Parts: sequence; C-alpha cells; structure tokens
Amino acid sequence: MTRWLGNRFAMITALLVLLYLFLPVAYTFVFSFNNYKKSNITWNPEGSPTLKHWQDPCGAPGVCESLVKSLEIGVIATVAATALGTLLAFAMVRHRFRGRTTSNVLVFVPMATPEIVLGASLLTIFVQGFSNVGLQLGFWTIVIAHIMFCISFVVVTVKARLQSLDPRLEEAAQDLYAGPGSTFWKITFPLVLPGIVGAALLAFSLSFDDFIITNFVSGNETTFPKFVYISYLRGIPAQANVIGFSMFVIALALVVVGQLVSNARKK
Amino acid sequence: MARNSGSGFRDAQGDLRLQDVTKSFGEFTAVDDLSLVVPRGSFFALLGPSGCGKTTTLRMVAGLEQPTSGSLFIGDTDLTGSRSYERPVNTVFQSYALFPHLSIRDNVMFGPKRRGSADAQKLADEALALVQMEHLGGRKPAQLSGGQQQRVALARAIVNRPEVLLLDEPLGALDLKLRRQMQVELKRIQTEVGLTFIHVTHDQEEAMTMADTVAVMNHGRIEQMGAPEQLYDLPRTSFVANFVGQSNLGSGRVVDRDGDHVVAEVHSTKVKIPLSRCAVQDGEVTFGVRPEKVRVLRAAPEGAGDDVRGIVLDVSFTGVATQYLVRLPSGAVWSCYEQNLDVEPIDLRPGDDVWISWNPYHAFGVPVDEAQARAAAEAV
Amino acid sequence: MSALTHVSAAAGETPAPVPQPDHKGRRWVPYLLLLPGALWLLVFFVVPLLQLFTVSLQSEFPGYPGYYYRDLNFGNYVTALTDFAPQFGRSILFAGLATFFAFCLAYPLAYAMAFKAGRWRNVMLIAVIAPFFTSFILRTVAWRQILADEGPVASTLNYLHLLPGGRITETWVAVVAGLTYNFLPFMVLPIYASLERADPRVIEAGGDLYANGFTTFRTVTLPISMPGVLAGTLLTFIPAAGDYVNAELLGSDNTKMIGNVIESQFFRVLGGFPVAAALSFTLMALILALVFVYVRRFGTEELV
Repeated sequence: MTRWLGNRFAMITALLVLLYLFLPVAYTFVFSFNNYKKSNITWNPEGSPTLKHWQDPCGAPGVCESLVKSLEIGVIATVAATALGTLLAFAMVRHRFRGRTTSNVLVFVPMATPEIVLGASLLTIFVQGFSNVGLQLGFWTIVIAHIMFCISFVVVTVKARLQSLDPRLEEAAQDLYAGPGSTFWKITFPLVLPGIVGAALLAFSLSFDDFIITNFVSGNETTFPKFVYISYLRGIPAQANVIGFSMFVIALALVVVGQLVSNARKK
Repeated sequence: MARNSGSGFRDAQGDLRLQDVTKSFGEFTAVDDLSLVVPRGSFFALLGPSGCGKTTTLRMVAGLEQPTSGSLFIGDTDLTGSRSYERPVNTVFQSYALFPHLSIRDNVMFGPKRRGSADAQKLADEALALVQMEHLGGRKPAQLSGGQQQRVALARAIVNRPEVLLLDEPLGALDLKLRRQMQVELKRIQTEVGLTFIHVTHDQEEAMTMADTVAVMNHGRIEQMGAPEQLYDLPRTSFVANFVGQSNLGSGRVVDRDGDHVVAEVHSTKVKIPLSRCAVQDGEVTFGVRPEKVRVLRAAPEGAGDDVRGIVLDVSFTGVATQYLVRLPSGAVWSCYEQNLDVEPIDLRPGDDVWISWNPYHAFGVPVDEAQARAAAEAV
Repeated sequence: MSALTHVSAAAGETPAPVPQPDHKGRRWVPYLLLLPGALWLLVFFVVPLLQLFTVSLQSEFPGYPGYYYRDLNFGNYVTALTDFAPQFGRSILFAGLATFFAFCLAYPLAYAMAFKAGRWRNVMLIAVIAPFFTSFILRTVAWRQILADEGPVASTLNYLHLLPGGRITETWVAVVAGLTYNFLPFMVLPIYASLERADPRVIEAGGDLYANGFTTFRTVTLPISMPGVLAGTLLTFIPAAGDYVNAELLGSDNTKMIGNVIESQFFRVLGGFPVAAALSFTLMALILALVFVYVRRFGTEELV
C-alpha cells in the first residue's frame, strides 16, 4: 500500500495542488448564486441559490462600466504592445546591431521590477512631468502603463517563436525564386503568427487582470480589478463574481478550442 | 563585368563554371581559389570530409552565399553577385526544409507560383508523379516519413527545371537500404529529366556510384577531379589515396629509374612504380597500393626477400572477402583484401608467417603528406 | 524567462533554437524596428525611474503640504530605512516564506506534469493557468472568505485547537498563504518547462544507479531542474516582495508590508511623495541586490 502511494506521491500531490488552485474559483462561482441582503460575505440560505445576479449582470452600479473600461484598455494596450513588441523581437533576433546588450536589458528589466516600483515611478512622472503637457491620470495613463509592461512579455514570446524558426526555410524560399518580400509574407510571417497571437493573448490577460500598476496611475478611472478592490469594503456585488467567473469560462474555452484546433491541424 | 538584369540571370543556360572562387569568413578560408567546370546535363559529385568547403561551394552556386572573390558563370551569363531568387538554380537541402505550414502540393507549387506560372498545379503534380508521391499531395510535411520528405524536396526543386540542381547531402538522414534505393532513383531521374545535378556528399561510395565526375575537396581546394574509376585507380595525392577507398601507404625516396618504372626505396625495400602512375619523379615520394591488389601467400614468391615477409595480425571475415592485417619487418601494417574464391576454408591465423605480393602496375606514387594521409584515413 | 514562455510553446512542441541567418538588409532596418518599442520603454520605463529617484530626493515646501521642490534631501532615505525597517524586513520574510511554500507545492505538481501525466499533461497545464483568468482580486477576496473566522477552515482548526490566535485572517499566516497562492503558477511553469525539456532516460539511468528514489531525485532530477527553479524563485519572490493586496485584504496593521506603506505614503499621507519614492527605490535596489547575489550563485543561463 505504501508502495502504491509512493509511486503515486507526485500525482496525488499534484491533484491536491490543482484542487487548491481552483478553490477560490469555485468559491467565486458558488457565491455568485448567493441571495445576499447587504453584502456577499456569508451564505444566505433563504432564497439561495438564485440566478438573479446571472440574469442581471450589470445590475450593480459600476460593474459593467468598469468591465467595459478594462476591455477597452485591454484591446488598445494589446494591439499597441503586440505591434511594438513584435518589431522589437524581429530586430533582436534577426539583425545584428550595436547596443544589443542595452536593448536586452531595456526589454527584460521591466519584467524583473516589482509592479509597485513600476506603478510608483509612472505615478511620479505623470503627476510631476506629464501633467505639464496636459496628461492627467486616467484612461490614457492606464493605457500607456499597460503597453509599457506588456511589451516585454510580447518580446519574450515572439522571440522564442522566432528563434525556433529554421532559417533554412527562408533560404529554401529564396532558392525557389521568392524575393525578400515574398519570403517574409509567405513563409516567415505565417510561421511566426502563432507566437504573435500567443503574445497578444498574454498581453490582454496581463492588462485585464492588472491591479497594482493600474491603481497607481488610474486617477478617477475604474477598471474591473480596481472596482472589485474598492467595493471590497462595502461588499463586492455578486455581479462581479458573475463577471469574474464568466471571464474564466471564456478564457478557458478559448484555450481549449485553441488546443483542439492545433491538435486537429496536426492530423 | 556587365551585370545582367533579373530576367537575364534566369535565362542563363549552359555549363556551370566557377573561376578562381574564394570564400573567407574572417580569418578562415573555406574555399580557396577554386575553379571547375560542370558540363551541362552531367551528374557531378563534390566529395570531401566535413569542413572541406563543399557545402560552402554549393551555397555559392545557389546564391545563398556570395564569393569573397572570383566569379561564377552559367554558360555566358555572369551570375556573380546575383541573389539566389534570381538564379536558375534550385537546392535540395540536407534537412529538406519543407514548408511546414503548406501542403505537399503547395510546397512543390511554390517555385512555379513565384515565377508566375499559369499551370503551377499541373507542373507540381507531374513532379510529384516523377518521385512517386502524387497520392500524398494533400498531406503536410510533418505527416511524412524521412524518405517521403526527401522525395518531396526533390520534386520541389525539379519542378522548376533549373539549369543546375544542387543536392546537399540529401541522403544523409536515410537508413542504408533507403539510401541505396534513392541513389538509384536519383540517377534515374537525372537521366530522365536531363538536368545538371551537383551532389555534395562525404560518402565516397555514394559519390562513386552516382556521379559521372567526382571532385575530391579538402581544405577548400580540389585535390583531384575525374571519373570515379580514375580517382580510384590512380589517386594523385595522399589525401585522395586514403579518402577514396583505402590504401597501403609508405613514404620513401626515388632512387633509380628502371625502364618505364620509377624505383623508390620505402622502409629499406625497393619498390617499382610505373612512371605514368607516379606523380613524383624525384625526391620524396609516398608509395601506395590498394588492399585488394595485395595477395597474401603462404610460401615466398619467386625473388621475394624477407622484407615482404610479415606476420598476420588479424583475420576478418566479411562474407565476400577476408581482410588480413599483416605486420612487416619495417613496422608498417598492411591491409590486404582477398575475395573468398577458394572452396577450402580460410586457414590463416594471427601469428602465421606470410608473404605479401602485388603487381607493380597497381602501385601508384603520390607526393608526401603524412598529415593529410592520416586525416583522410580518419575522416568519416 | 524563456523557461516561462517555453511552456506556452511546449504545447506546440517547438524544437531547440537554431542559429540565425545573416540578413544583409540595409543597415538602418534593425534600428527602425527597434525604435518604436525602445522609445516607448525609454520614455515610460527608464525616465519614470529616474523621475522616481529625483522625487525621492525632493523636499516639501514648508507650509505647503503636498507641494515639493527639487532638492538633494537624502533624509528621505534615512526616514525610509529607519521608520519602515520592520515592514521591509517583513516583506522579505513573507516573500521568502511564500516562495519556499510555493516551491514545495509547485515541484510535485511540475514533476507530475512532466513525467507522470502522459496525455493529461496539456489538461494539467491548462488547469494551472486557468485560475489566472479570474480576477486576482476576486480570488484573494475569496480566500478571505474561505479563511474567515466563521468559515470552515478556521472553525475546524479551532476545534482541533491548532489555532493559537483563534483566527487565520488578519495574521501573517493568511498573508503568506495568499502570497503563496497568487504566485504559485509562476513557480510551477518554469520548473515544468525545465523538467519537460530533460531527457527522461537520464532520470531513468539515475534510478538505475541509485537504489533510493530520494537520492535519484536529489542528485539527478533536482540539478536538471535548477534553471527552472531559479527562474521560478525569482518570478515568485520579486512580485511577492512588492505586493500589498494580500496584506491589505488578508492581513492587519501588524502585518503590513512595504507595499502597503508605499501605497499609503503616496495616496493617503499628505507630503508623503518623497518618502514613498525613497521607499520604492530602496525596495528595487534591495531586490536587484538579492537577484544579483542569487543569480551570481546559480547562473543566468535559462533566465531569458
């Protein structure tokens, strides 16, 4: 018996840890059905489980507004960060240039800097520097900050994909009469695309879920994580649970579908 | 030299000619003042160990590298400096380099489509039929075996009917049986389609089986070039002597002339080399004879001295032949192959006394170069 | 962090990196490609950090709280280090504990995923990343409820007399638990990536040589996974040290971390900008120093 346990030790622990990871998610899910009176902290047996929060996800003030803001910021930041990061990745992988080490450091140090330092430094420059140019803390400062910290992650993701690309493929394309333009669009780009898409998804999830940096530079603007944090004291409306869990399901579905599609492609 | 426009390059026709081509990478010279002519429609092999510059030469012909100096012609068209997509040259890469995101048919159609061909699909299907892969047109490269991928890579190059088709060790990744099969296939296809094939390989058997002409390369230079039989029968350098097949070599000095033979003294033994087969007429010379030309005898042949009497070190039975390693009094160890023609079983054992004998006509003489001889013997 | 991204690529099986071609394009192409991104990072990362340093040396206008002038007031740093040394220490301690616990939980999971999962490997990978898709605030808040005094966990522990203080929330235990939980995937993924890249036959061979499973682990598996462990530790420790959400939601006044101090100095203490900046800068310097020492000791091979 102990032998059996010993062999399975890793797997059993693994499953326990996975359970542990999902526990708060499960909690969030369960409490989205709570028929609470004042605040969604204790389970109210009477009237629960209820679907009313699910039927009216925008019912609580501020929930949907903050969600929309998060989505808007997410989309803009993702597009910009992916574009800038992809260009950077191509430069760093495919070209020789002076200042290689500097650009490496420039791109990778933001990932090693604690969010609070990033947030604090941006706060100081927005308040003391850019406010002179008319830029107030708000929507655009959030976007700027998000683009900044997402670039590094995009670079890393695209770089990895680009580096695993066999350069012989591009040589083969040239050998087969494709000029530089054709080679790029017909061969290089389609093969890097999965990396770029992955980077975009990563950037979006980082932006959407960001709290600390956003909190520092958002001024009066409220994103979804900030909304949840603020309403914590008054009691988080169950609609937030609904939204949170829905985001989870959507993202999970996307990942699963993506996996299935790439598995199908291989056949 | 006048530089033709893009379409001018593409229309080049004729023999491939490299003239004093050199390629250096910083301090290192990969290809050293190479000149050669590959006649149109022939099957040419570039043979040499890794690092000899054969792949670099190939890439320069393809246009994937540019020579540091020298020029490259196809017929009368000077292709030096042109890009690979401008040249009527296609390559079959060692790793096949099939485009993973395109189907087999799309892979093969790639070249014709880039050239604006109207019946790219028809041409592709014909090329695939030529390599017997037409039924797998819809698959992706990852779904094919190594041998199948190799055929597709070939089809992808052939479909364009280039002036010169380059093959960079295309059979390296295949197992022995498949390799032999493909060697025959390639030869057949080349004859059928009539293109100039340049095959780069380190496998001397492969080169000799397939090619009309073989050029042996070493350290960026061509050591010797000619028909496979010529190379084998009469090597002109110690490198070729040991790289193409095996040789028993011994260094010595020319001491005399005997009619139409050169007499050399090697390890205190006088040996005769026909004048026409000796690259060195005076001074130091390396004497050589192929193992299968050496006979191993139990009794001393007429006129033989003790200097050709040796002790058997090893007897290896390889089915078709038996290889004997014989140590001579001078310390040299000679290798002798004898075909197992006798009905009686082999009766020589290690430790036996034997005499070795050969027909002087089979001997050859090459310039002394111990280092190269050793390198060639050790090269894979 | 290539260990991290290798994981996202692992599902798509990318092969080992290949030497890059030499692009003889025009010379200015790379600079053109670099420019937008590098400029953005320069303006919105480097310059703000410099500004942060400047602010940390500013002084307040006497009589005008909230208004600052440029100065070389190193006194801010003195204040930062003396008044808030406990919070600094606490942050390092909590982050260290969280990293350690995360390691203990992550390693078996990563190991199982790499070697024992078989076809379930991708499912497990998704399972590790999926909880991320719920807002991290929501999940931390969920923990607060789960660990609440009236909740099942606290009640059971109390019943078993295992809880000296009577509660979990508002103690350092909850904060460390929250930190561990939040950054667990950052520890799992790099270790998984390292182990997944290893040749299982090497581990088998180790198992052959060493009769004891634990010895095999210690002498063969663990060293192979070191690059991943290194990346994971850094990816966990660094954000954990600067976190304040966990301390805010799960802790109390005597579990405040340096992040809480910085946040309150910026937003709630009038005239606190310079000190807050000094604190931030000190935190960053501290972390960089720790990273430097750590990396020097263990190498930077798999880091980026």
